[in-house]
Amino acid sequence: MTATSPTSPAIDNSCRLPLFALLGGAAVWLALSSVFGLIASLKFHAPAMLANCAALSYGRAFPAWSHLLVYGFCLPAGVGVGLWLLARLGRVELVKPWLIVMGAKLWHVGVLVGLLGILSGQNTGFEWLEMPRPAAVILFLAFVPITVSAFATNARRSEISLFPSQWFVLAALLWFPWIFSTATLLLQVFPVRGMVQASVAWWFSGNLLNVWLPLAGLACTFYVLPKLTGRPLQSHYLALFAFWTLILFGTWTGIPAHAPLPAWMPTLSGVAGMMMMIPVLAVAASVIKTCCGVKTSCGGGPLCFTRFGAASLVLATMLLAVSACPQASRVTDYTWFGHGQTTLRLYGFFGMTMFGAIYYIVPHLVGPDRVCPRWMRINFWFVMPGTLLLALPLVVGGITQGLKLVDATIPFVDVAKSTLMALRISTLGEVMITLGNLIFLFNIVAAFFGYYWSVGKTVCAQATVLEPARVRP
Amino acid sequence: MKSSALVFLTAFIALSASWSGFVLAPQLQLGRAAQAKTVPVQDQYPVARPGLAAQGAEVYRSLGCVYCHSQSVGQEGVKCEIVLTDAGTNTPTTLGALGKLNSAFGHADTLAALPKTLMSVADMNAADPILKAIGSTGAKAQVIVSALGPDISRGWGRRRTVAQDYLFDLPAQPGDRRAGPDLANVGLRQPDVSWQLRHLYAPAAEVSGSTMPPYRFLFELRKLGKLPSPEALPLPSQFAASAGWEIVPTAKARALVAYLVSLRADAPLFESPFTAPAPAAAPAVAPNSPAK
Repeated sequence: MTATSPTSPAIDNSCRLPLFALLGGAAVWLALSSVFGLIASLKFHAPAMLANCAALSYGRAFPAWSHLLVYGFCLPAGVGVGLWLLARLGRVELVKPWLIVMGAKLWHVGVLVGLLGILSGQNTGFEWLEMPRPAAVILFLAFVPITVSAFATNARRSEISLFPSQWFVLAALLWFPWIFSTATLLLQVFPVRGMVQASVAWWFSGNLLNVWLPLAGLACTFYVLPKLTGRPLQSHYLALFAFWTLILFGTWTGIPAHAPLPAWMPTLSGVAGMMMMIPVLAVAASVIKTCCGVKTSCGGGPLCFTRFGAASLVLATMLLAVSACPQASRVTDYTWFGHGQTTLRLYGFFGMTMFGAIYYIVPHLVGPDRVCPRWMRINFWFVMPGTLLLALPLVVGGITQGLKLVDATIPFVDVAKSTLMALRISTLGEVMITLGNLIFLFNIVAAFFGYYWSVGKTVCAQATVLEPARVRP
Repeated sequence: MKSSALVFLTAFIALSASWSGFVLAPQLQLGRAAQAKTVPVQDQYPVARPGLAAQGAEVYRSLGCVYCHSQSVGQEGVKCEIVLTDAGTNTPTTLGALGKLNSAFGHADTLAALPKTLMSVADMNAADPILKAIGSTGAKAQVIVSALGPDISRGWGRRRTVAQDYLFDLPAQPGDRRAGPDLANVGLRQPDVSWQLRHLYAPAAEVSGSTMPPYRFLFELRKLGKLPSPEALPLPSQFAASAGWEIVPTAKARALVAYLVSLRADAPLFESPFTAPAPAAAPAVAPNSPAK
């Protein structure tokens, strides 16, 4: 640290409003997304429910869920937390925070436009990229000022050497605009022909789910774990290895084994999927070595969230690697297995890691006692079992569905019916996650509003005292 | 790593590699694909969908049908059946050649009821020498190639789907999930427009135990005029509208069904050949037949 580096409170001051804009919106979209997820899930209990409402049919509620979850929650939360990490670790105030606030507001407008587009039937038809073109353009334009400010912040850092979290954040900030602009341009602005579209869409979703989410999530894991356990990160080399292998292999995942494309593409993607075990085992080793021997009980706090997130990443990636083997993909392809793996990644890994990081960061921004520890614990005990209840039945149900699907003597109606039990159990998980997400929204909004309310009261009190007190020395 | 330039460089190299692999390379390999000729009959494939079906593709996309229905058929190898069609005139030599292939074929019964399926082999490399051995005696044999695999056995297609099938699709929706059956060849399986409309309105009326949600918003509940509308949907009593009302499909429903019955990926192509004749099971109902 150099003599001129700003103090931590000054850094947090510069981060407060941008992070409120990003994280507050993210919490709102997250709660709304789980409501759509619940609507979609209820269709497996009563298919005729809401049958007269096109906007809430399964084919629109489901993409609304994934759109709000990924673009409403994951992106702004990951970027918001990443910005704070860049500022904190670089020991520098955020450069031009108003650029980020502007970008965040525009981003949320883009998410809203995308949501309305999906509900009114303007979806693009590409999974994980459903928002119509105007929304995609708004989202891209919103991301630019945020990236500019982030890179400028990083360039002005006073702590020169980079901590592993910073590599992950910087790579994530490069990754998203690239994959998003490629996919939007080649699918919606100058659409390519036939199956090339599907290839681009799969490349995009693979990079989004298997690279971007781990990059943004692991940045938090590697920062929060050492802070909470009071032990140094074990070790920088392991983190470096995980970083390189993650971006090297993860970026080739995404194309399913059954894709009607030239055979080299699914084959290459399958190999990359199996190779994903390498970075994830490095992450597991690093997390275990950092946490081992720590006696502090996590008690539903940020440490609980972060550790559960890391475990979910390991489990989800193991499922990804298994389903990349040809013998297994013959069974798991086209089933709920893949969706179970993705929900475990989104809610179990990314959501939980973000909750942990946000619960760690927010007290720095608004004061230590504005998040009630009890409500934080309740949040954990809703979302953690909810995630398991949502994802694991889908994984198990997907395997039994696949085994029946490859047996052509079983009529298809029986195959479809056999999945209903798993889907109905997962609805219970969805209900718990929805409640947990509402608690999260309440915690975040209460913390920030509590802070701004007290600031407002102070200002008001100062403004109304007698004249001499207002004269500045 | 101390320098953020190094981080950007490694990220750039990794991402540009997969960008070249999964964005640029397929564009070079498939991006300029045009209509291809089917084999052995030299037809153009695929052909663009007729107008109403093209509108229906938009309805299919906007309703998110892809979240439950794939349009992609898998295949696990082929079966080459060798069929003796003509015994020729030199019977003893033919029987001798056949007897060398399998001693069970060595007697005169083999030539009694032609065409006769002799054997089934795994590929054309195995079939060619057998054909030559039979052909050299003056007899005639042919190979019937058919696809294998659970999807084919379910009747979801006659061959696997290939990139050529999606040439004119925008968006191309091969799909990742089968909460419902594969639709790549639904137009072959169920070409009856009236059935498709009834199934959309009340899936359980047509498929007992169906888990598909009904798409009632694609239909209009209309007060019965002096005469029932010719377009009104004939439904079983428990799904029918109450007395004095009728259920009429909207333009969207008609377009969607026109798209569904247009779905067929069954042209034999160089990359996915087959010569097996169409199964006789599919009900041969003309798409424009009057509603029953």
